[in-house]
Amino acid sequence: MSTAAPHGAHPAHPVREVGHELPHVPAGAAHEEAAPVGGRIWNRFTAGLAALVLVMCAVLAMRFIRGIGAVTNLNDGYPWGLWIAYDVVVGSALAAGGFTVAFLTYILNRGEYHPAVRPALLAALFGYVQAGMSVFFDIGRYWEFWHMFWPRYVQVNSVLFEVSLCITTYTLVLFVEFTPVILERFGWERPRQKINRVLFFFVAVGVLLPTMHQSSLGSLLVIFGPQVHPLYQTQLLPLLFLTSCIGMGLAAVVFEGTVSALAFKRHLEQELLGKLIRIGTTLGLAFLVLRIGDCARRGVLGLAFQPTALSLLFWIENVLFLVPALLVATERARRHPQRLFVAACLLAVGGLLYRRSAYLVAYETGAGFRYFPSMGELAVSVGLVAFEILAITIAIRLLPVLPKEPEAAESA
Amino acid sequence: MLSRRDFLSGAAGGVAAAAVATTTTDAGAREAKPMPDHALGLLFDGTLCIGCRACVAACKEANGMPPERTMLEGGDYWDAPLDLSGKTLNVIKCYRDGAGTRKDEVNDGFAFTKTSCMHCVDPSCVSVCPVSAMTKDPVTGIVKYSLEACIGCRYCVAACPFGVPRFTYDEAFPRINKCQLCEQRHADGGYSACAEVCPTGATLYGRVKDLQQEVARRKALTPGAKTTYPRGRLGNGDSYQGVAKRYVDHVYGEKEIGGTQVLHLSGVPFELLNKPKLPLDAPARVAETLQGAIYHALMAPIGFLGALLALAYRHMRPADPPLERGVEPGASVKAREKGGEP
Repeated sequence: MSTAAPHGAHPAHPVREVGHELPHVPAGAAHEEAAPVGGRIWNRFTAGLAALVLVMCAVLAMRFIRGIGAVTNLNDGYPWGLWIAYDVVVGSALAAGGFTVAFLTYILNRGEYHPAVRPALLAALFGYVQAGMSVFFDIGRYWEFWHMFWPRYVQVNSVLFEVSLCITTYTLVLFVEFTPVILERFGWERPRQKINRVLFFFVAVGVLLPTMHQSSLGSLLVIFGPQVHPLYQTQLLPLLFLTSCIGMGLAAVVFEGTVSALAFKRHLEQELLGKLIRIGTTLGLAFLVLRIGDCARRGVLGLAFQPTALSLLFWIENVLFLVPALLVATERARRHPQRLFVAACLLAVGGLLYRRSAYLVAYETGAGFRYFPSMGELAVSVGLVAFEILAITIAIRLLPVLPKEPEAAESA
Repeated sequence: MLSRRDFLSGAAGGVAAAAVATTTTDAGAREAKPMPDHALGLLFDGTLCIGCRACVAACKEANGMPPERTMLEGGDYWDAPLDLSGKTLNVIKCYRDGAGTRKDEVNDGFAFTKTSCMHCVDPSCVSVCPVSAMTKDPVTGIVKYSLEACIGCRYCVAACPFGVPRFTYDEAFPRINKCQLCEQRHADGGYSACAEVCPTGATLYGRVKDLQQEVARRKALTPGAKTTYPRGRLGNGDSYQGVAKRYVDHVYGEKEIGGTQVLHLSGVPFELLNKPKLPLDAPARVAETLQGAIYHALMAPIGFLGALLALAYRHMRPADPPLERGVEPGASVKAREKGGEP
């Protein structure tokens, strides 16, 4: 952290600026607060992303012509692989910043989080679109996907039914929540005002739905019973998935905030990101306490001290939830952007590993089955992430998503 | 109006209540499912099986399943599948130890077992299927698959503790395949092909009640005594004279995960036959109880939504009165001036 020293020398600078600015925003100027970043859309970076998307399309063509087996290593022992465990379960958790920031800003009425709302909603929107696309590629009989929403077919006891209905609805809600940004861009004031009048409803639903399906992504594993290792199989799975997804979602917001500040050479909203990562790491600690306490209560903590790869993973995950909290524990520590960034990365990776372990490593269906993702599966996952980054980058350049750059920061 | 503190403590209380409800066993638990009165099933007696695999071939023929190529030491074999797959609904597996010369002995012995759908009383595949493609017949208890409904999500493949439903990964228009007890043959008076062709009665078809009685009869016999073994379908009159066998004290499927309609007898412990050791409580019941506790007939989400709506309305509607409680003045001014738009 030696590189953080220069920032420590005048730490309060950006913090005070933002804090004092808020009450002076004139009412009429309120909706001009966010602004498109502008600039050229196509450069080497975006072209590279587009190339990755094209590679994905080639693999998908093969998948749809010759079947899932032609491009994946999925088998009857591991019927769910990279596309579900990473793109859906991890991907949507990283998109949980959308509902968390909306909750802080609108439900708890903490206006200081307002600048993070639009970027978080944008990332959530494309995170969920990515998850939805991945499900569509993964399900074998994709042309029948509508059965999940058709009364004649739905099976309400299925956790997967709840998850798919809830994720689909939430993605639509995210579109509505994001609509004012588009309307604002094109200056369509009348429809924008109309939407704003009912937006509270979508914001409320947009907080409820993710708490339901993020916890249900954990519940999906409960019915696997003894097929999931006792360190991971617990009735608390829904609560563990919910607490950790909030940590992951806020970590992703901090990650994206830092990266976009660097990429677009903008002022870093350090105090805001510091507050967000603090909440994220606190939820991470709550996850850790729940998890260890639950293992102890069920009397399986001893299994974590056996010399197995899984118990090693168990502790690596726990350390990844603990260390970020320590990194940003003090006000002073949170003045170092590097610390915030590292804490966010560790927390996100911790949540990612926890989900991967639960879905793929702790899951053991019997001898004789192995799974490691194929190049084709990797190409699709990478292509989906590239698509997401590409879409977000273009949106940030064209639409009023990021806060309008304060004059002072530009001169600094 | 609900204050933020009330709301937060209410939400935390709700989560805690759900957690407590889910960790105590009986609060609002979903009832265990009973065996259907006219449940149909199979009895597989490993001590009678001679490993001829006529049942494997007959199953393929009766269900129109394609042959499968198996790579083994010493060459390829056609249609000698080692395990269930998208093309195979029934296999005979073999346990072997040391010299492998003594039938149904652990040391230097060998033994056979059958792997096919157990037709659970409380099947996980039915509980997990989001589109009702897996159903349990209310009369016969046969766990059936509907290709027409299936979306190919493979949750049933992942959830089945016996590893029964299999997916055809190598097809562009894939499907799930599993044993359905040859239900399609019932209309013409037929029954499960595997039982019909079994020369020794190792696989026996019948009503589960009758099969349970047959199990009790065999277990009560003195090993070595002469007895009669029915063949094919219980009660059809076909039987032969044999010698009573020695069994391990465990009827596989009798109690596993709430009971199954396929019962297994064996001379060697089931662990040696790679039969999974399973809890008595059905995972489907455990999972549905947990979901039920969390959603408690949808009241919890509706209550939560109500509180969210109240607070979002209060904080986002432009015409609302000013806020005081616990909010920085700048922040609340800003939220209202923004008209609450994200």
